Amino acid sequence: MPRHRPTRATLGWHVAYWLLCTVVFVFLLAPILVIVPLSFNAGAFFTYPLAGVSLRWYREFFTGVQWQRAVENSLIVGIGATVVATSLGTLAAFGLHRVRLPFRQAIVVILLSPMVVPVIITGVGMFYVYARIRLANTLGGLIVAHAALGIPFVFVTVGAVLSTLDDNLVRAAASLGAGPVRVFRAVVLPLILPGAVSGALFAFVTSWDDVVVALFLAGPRQHTLPRQMWSGIREFISPTLLAVATLLIVISIGLMLVVELLRRKGERLRGVMG
Amino acid sequence: MSVTDSAGTIVDAGRGRVLRVSLRRAERAQQVRALLLVLPAIVFLLVTFIVPILSMLVVAVENPELREVMPRTAAAMMGWDGTGVPSPATVATFVRELRQATADGSIGKVARRLNYSIPGFRSVLLRTGRSLPPAETSDADLLALLAGIDSHWAEPPYWLALKGAAPAVTDFYLLAAADLRRDARGTIVTAPPDQAVFVTVFARTFWVSLVVTASCLLLGYPIAHLLASLPPRRGNVLMILVLLPFWTSVLVRTTAWLVLLQREGVVNDLAVRLGITTARIELVHNRFGVYVAMVHILLPFMVLPIYSVMRRISPQHMRAAATLGARPFLAFRKVYFPQSVPGVTSGCLLVFVLALGFYVTPALVGGGSDQLISYFIALFANEIVNWGMAAALSAILLGIVLVLLATYRWLVRGELLRLG
Repeated sequence: MPRHRPTRATLGWHVAYWLLCTVVFVFLLAPILVIVPLSFNAGAFFTYPLAGVSLRWYREFFTGVQWQRAVENSLIVGIGATVVATSLGTLAAFGLHRVRLPFRQAIVVILLSPMVVPVIITGVGMFYVYARIRLANTLGGLIVAHAALGIPFVFVTVGAVLSTLDDNLVRAAASLGAGPVRVFRAVVLPLILPGAVSGALFAFVTSWDDVVVALFLAGPRQHTLPRQMWSGIREFISPTLLAVATLLIVISIGLMLVVELLRRKGERLRGVMG
Repeated sequence: MSVTDSAGTIVDAGRGRVLRVSLRRAERAQQVRALLLVLPAIVFLLVTFIVPILSMLVVAVENPELREVMPRTAAAMMGWDGTGVPSPATVATFVRELRQATADGSIGKVARRLNYSIPGFRSVLLRTGRSLPPAETSDADLLALLAGIDSHWAEPPYWLALKGAAPAVTDFYLLAAADLRRDARGTIVTAPPDQAVFVTVFARTFWVSLVVTASCLLLGYPIAHLLASLPPRRGNVLMILVLLPFWTSVLVRTTAWLVLLQREGVVNDLAVRLGITTARIELVHNRFGVYVAMVHILLPFMVLPIYSVMRRISPQHMRAAATLGARPFLAFRKVYFPQSVPGVTSGCLLVFVLALGFYVTPALVGGGSDQLISYFIALFANEIVNWGMAAALSAILLGIVLVLLATYRWLVRGELLRLG
């Protein structure tokens, strides 16, 4: 006969389980929850209670010449790298979609390799060669490097969306008289767009967050936001860094929400059509 | 299609052949189109990523300095058997080329290379070069002349180091990265204790990665279980709590832990106020800080794979086990856990491999004795500027990562076969 009566041991496990889960969620969120209010501290210390609420550290960030240049560099490099990675990665995903190719395995390995190689090796290797061809200490070099890092993310995301694409839709459109370009524009593109945009956002975040490659390839004039933060942390942790961190967290939340929405929209589109 | 009369068969076979040919042609055209689409990305990655890394890794076995600056000495050294000191003719070649290299300034390159083999060789070589008399002396006197400038020239080790720098390909850096070297007879021996650092660093990298992986599993497994067993709506809300740190940059989170854990930070404040400690504790710039920050950064990489596997485990299995009389713990151990193992394996592998290559977090949150292998790669590339060592350490790290990933693929393939 099955016995369901909760024993004391079972109860103990349950309490331990819930306690552990709560602790882990607090652990996961604690840094973010503590940092954000501290960035509004009127004083220069990193403790509670706050000395008062003020925007002085944000003012420091928005008026700092070095910070402004860092933001500008980060945007130029991030957008440049995203454009390159998204176009190359999307084309590659289309190329490998349902086509039997010789050396397919090798091609996929090359496309995914930037995800696998430890980033310090990427940074050192690129520096070794880029310095020789005068690409080190240029924004162009940084764009190229970040684009390489972003390609696998675009390739994987777009590839995943393509693999769920219903080929009957393409055939139906073609049988109704649409040419290949029209089929692509009217049927394929709307279906894969959410995936492609997610891939582009991943590529942008890869560039936006990178500090290791920038440590090797960016001179003082090419400092990106994370690279500038790194210098700040190394010298002296000022509350301005917390203001920057808070702004970066806000941007992360925004990007995360967009990607989540796109994912759900993509699922809904395919759900309705399939 | 039935084939009754002979004429029809011929026609059909002919059509079949035409069809096969045109099908193959179409497939060929499709492949060409596919290659054209893939090519830009492949070429871009080869040029900007793969070739640079490979050409850096090759430096680990290159030995160009002596051959470029003192080609005749290098050739003569290759002919010397390595016993005692070289012949007077070899010494004469060396002195001639040393004089010339000192005059045109190219000696610095060789001096730096030889200093890797024997610390202090650089200054000996530079001083010897400066102290050489300008005129030629007879061969017999040259060794005595060198020994007069620096007594090391009378003994074999410096000459052996010179011989070691002569071949085009060397295992010097790779051996050094494993705390090994070749002795006078060419056998591989362990390096003297004061120069042996890298085995310790590799062991530390492994240990830290192991502790971080185990902690992530311990903390991540219950979370993944909770997320997978909640109804989707509430599960999704909690999922955001895991995804939010995942999307926040590593640098931002490392900064956050630095601020939280420092002596005057929030955690110490709380501990003192709650009376847990009276004195403030060092929580950062040590191993503890490295563990906390790395576990925080890598935890989502553990939770997400386990969660995606757990979602596919049917809750009916646990109910069936309970109906058959299994207590919850037994049912979990015999029914639920085995099904979640694929997620655990991929989560552990992912976290372990990522931890092996960590640089930013230990560099900012760790102390001097908490630095992992990446730190030394950066140090050799950026500050010491010894590309041979940077390349050798990179090659070993990359080798370890690739072997782990290959093993994983092999394991997963076996597992899939067993399941299906």
